[in-house]
Amino acid sequence: MPKKRGADIVIDVLLEENTEIVFGLPGGAIMEVYDALYKAPLKNILARHEQAAAHMADGYARATGKVGVVMATSGPGATNLVTGLATAYMDSVPMVAITGQVPTHYIGTDAFQEADVVGITRPITKHNFLVTDIKDLALILREAFYLARTGRPGPVLVDIPKDITQQEYNYKMPTEKDVIDALPGYKPHYEGNPVQIKKAAELIRKAKRPVLYVGGGAVISGASEEVRQLAELARIPVTTTNMAKGVFDETHPLALHMLGMHGTYYANMAVYHSDLLIAVGARFDDRVTGKIDEFAPEAKIIHIDIDPASISKNITVDVPIVGDVKIVLQKLLKELQKKPVEWVSARESWLKQIEKWKEKHPLSYKQSDKIIKPQYVIEEIYKVTKGEAIISAGVGQHQMWAAMFYKYKYPRQFLNSGGLGTMGYGFPAAVGAKFGRPDKTVFAIEGDGSFVMNMQDVITAVQYRLPIKIAIINNEFLGMVRQWQQFFYDSRYSSVCLAVHPDFVKLAEAMGAVGLRATKPDEVRSVIEKAMEINDRPVIMDFVVDREENVLPMVPAGKSYREMILSPKQKGEAETMYLVG
Amino acid sequence: MSENIAPLKVRPQPKTEVRKHIIVVRVQHNFGVLTRITSLFAGRGYNIESLTVGKTNEPNVARITIVVEGDERIIEQIIKQLRKLVETLRVRDITDVPHIERELVLIKVHAGEDKARDEIMRLVNIFRAKIVDVSPDTYTIEVTGGSEKINAFIDLLRPFGLKDIARTGTLALVRESAKVKEKLQE
Repeated sequence: MPKKRGADIVIDVLLEENTEIVFGLPGGAIMEVYDALYKAPLKNILARHEQAAAHMADGYARATGKVGVVMATSGPGATNLVTGLATAYMDSVPMVAITGQVPTHYIGTDAFQEADVVGITRPITKHNFLVTDIKDLALILREAFYLARTGRPGPVLVDIPKDITQQEYNYKMPTEKDVIDALPGYKPHYEGNPVQIKKAAELIRKAKRPVLYVGGGAVISGASEEVRQLAELARIPVTTTNMAKGVFDETHPLALHMLGMHGTYYANMAVYHSDLLIAVGARFDDRVTGKIDEFAPEAKIIHIDIDPASISKNITVDVPIVGDVKIVLQKLLKELQKKPVEWVSARESWLKQIEKWKEKHPLSYKQSDKIIKPQYVIEEIYKVTKGEAIISAGVGQHQMWAAMFYKYKYPRQFLNSGGLGTMGYGFPAAVGAKFGRPDKTVFAIEGDGSFVMNMQDVITAVQYRLPIKIAIINNEFLGMVRQWQQFFYDSRYSSVCLAVHPDFVKLAEAMGAVGLRATKPDEVRSVIEKAMEINDRPVIMDFVVDREENVLPMVPAGKSYREMILSPKQKGEAETMYLVG
Repeated sequence: MSENIAPLKVRPQPKTEVRKHIIVVRVQHNFGVLTRITSLFAGRGYNIESLTVGKTNEPNVARITIVVEGDERIIEQIIKQLRKLVETLRVRDITDVPHIERELVLIKVHAGEDKARDEIMRLVNIFRAKIVDVSPDTYTIEVTGGSEKINAFIDLLRPFGLKDIARTGTLALVRESAKVKEKLQE
């Protein structure tokens, strides 16, 4: 075998791992790799900012389930990836980041564009590597892909000094066995303990008021079908977290929609009153539980998760099951089918109670004919796209409205930064999603504050002629912070007013995109329809909405579900409504 | 609206005591592995009482002994987080397993007067320590033992005036008899 340049070895491994697309931005330390990319048979997307490149790789990975690949140069290139890596880490997104590093003999000398990238990214990656010998390069890269996509997925970073990309080496492509042998301590547990599964089945049989609480793990494991089967077989209502939207069809009669801080009244009521909570690939995040010792106070808890460290971390569970959600659910279903039980009658009164809660407080808002309500925009997007679009959201009020008022049917349909809560995520992630799913309509639902954090990369979408629909829910506020200030800080609006914005329509035109604006409710539909007709470039829709609309219901941070705020009494004043038993 | 308030119900919280644990970790002896372990503790706010690291009889395997204080929940989390590290081979909490525990300490103590020198010599003998360096007004003492013995020895020397102390941190090995018992249980 002829000798190969380190940079070409990088490309060989990317191709071996079936990489079809790389997002990034070159610079001095990674030039050799970009030189090898020049003639490589894979798509190479030039972003305008490394953070956006990282979110693109993340959006691509979430929309497709494949590993997203991002590249950046040393120093500032790599530090710009940090937020993207932390976002992917918190939401368990499979990603490989390849960063250039200063040449080996310069490391530690404070060389130009040098940063200790392995040190900086250690706590925000699943694992990371600094390549110090070209002999290890191929194996390390393959380990990176293997770690990224197996077990609980996550981002893995490989830092490659420039001299190693330039050296030549007579290498052999490492096999999967070589990779596994190189990681003797890494053994994800997929199968689930049969004794625990039996116990879980027993609890499900006995439960009178069970609730399925499904999280992002069910999406990652591809367990949508198993969740539906379990819900229908055992007649268990299903609430999904923000990360699991669409894993269970939200138009299904057993759907309770989202739970937690901005969960529905009926989901939170069901969880509060449940006697059995079956957590499936979810991690009892504080935004879900609120006050931990009043969370599902009477429920026994079954927790299925591939990460043992997620189990009994925030809440002590009764039946822990470590394993892949899909495999465990299949086994649980088999176990349940062993004995016939009249589920329908056993659950009847519980499901009736839930219906009452649903009728009492459905998700709602007060429509207006003068001013655009943000929820209305989301509903119209839902109608025009017939519920089929991929929605990528930023972080803030618009994210919650996008979660509440679009009804998701499929997993991987709603992309957002659930764990880290990264503003500026939505639009670049939509770019990645569109590259991964060109067959789908992709909407970036963005807040005005969120959008301006990464709007430079509209240029990237224009360059690659991506017909992404960007809907800005523009309230000229950092709306979620403003809402908290209204509720908890006596309406002292400190540093949240964003009245100074670019003219988004002109901005779109200046960047080569199409700009549209709606200021009245009756313009909303036609703006969305116009946007749907454009197929060769991105569209920015500026929806000028009610400035002080609030996201409700809301369980204030650290409070119990009993203290859920349901509706505003009048403008500027919130009414606390307690749960009805 | 008071009639609408759902009755207050509280999840029973498990009660556990805070105590010292000895955790033994075997890791692949790779570049940066120790930083991964220590930054895990720092990043999650766990306090390390002592940490020792050294090579083992197996190539490329290092053994880390960590002493840490916490309740059952925190210790369980620490163990799980340690296991989650890719380079970790094995993690064991040996606190409740019969084991041998040793620490090596070097102590420099003031010993200018004859009376003090005699008294310190006596303590050194009782504790089976060793004087390894002598100057006109100090002794440097080497002592090994479990943490209770070491702490008792240091407390007894304190009145003479301690100049400096270097501790290795706790090392521990499970007793072979305990291993046999474990195998039988398995």
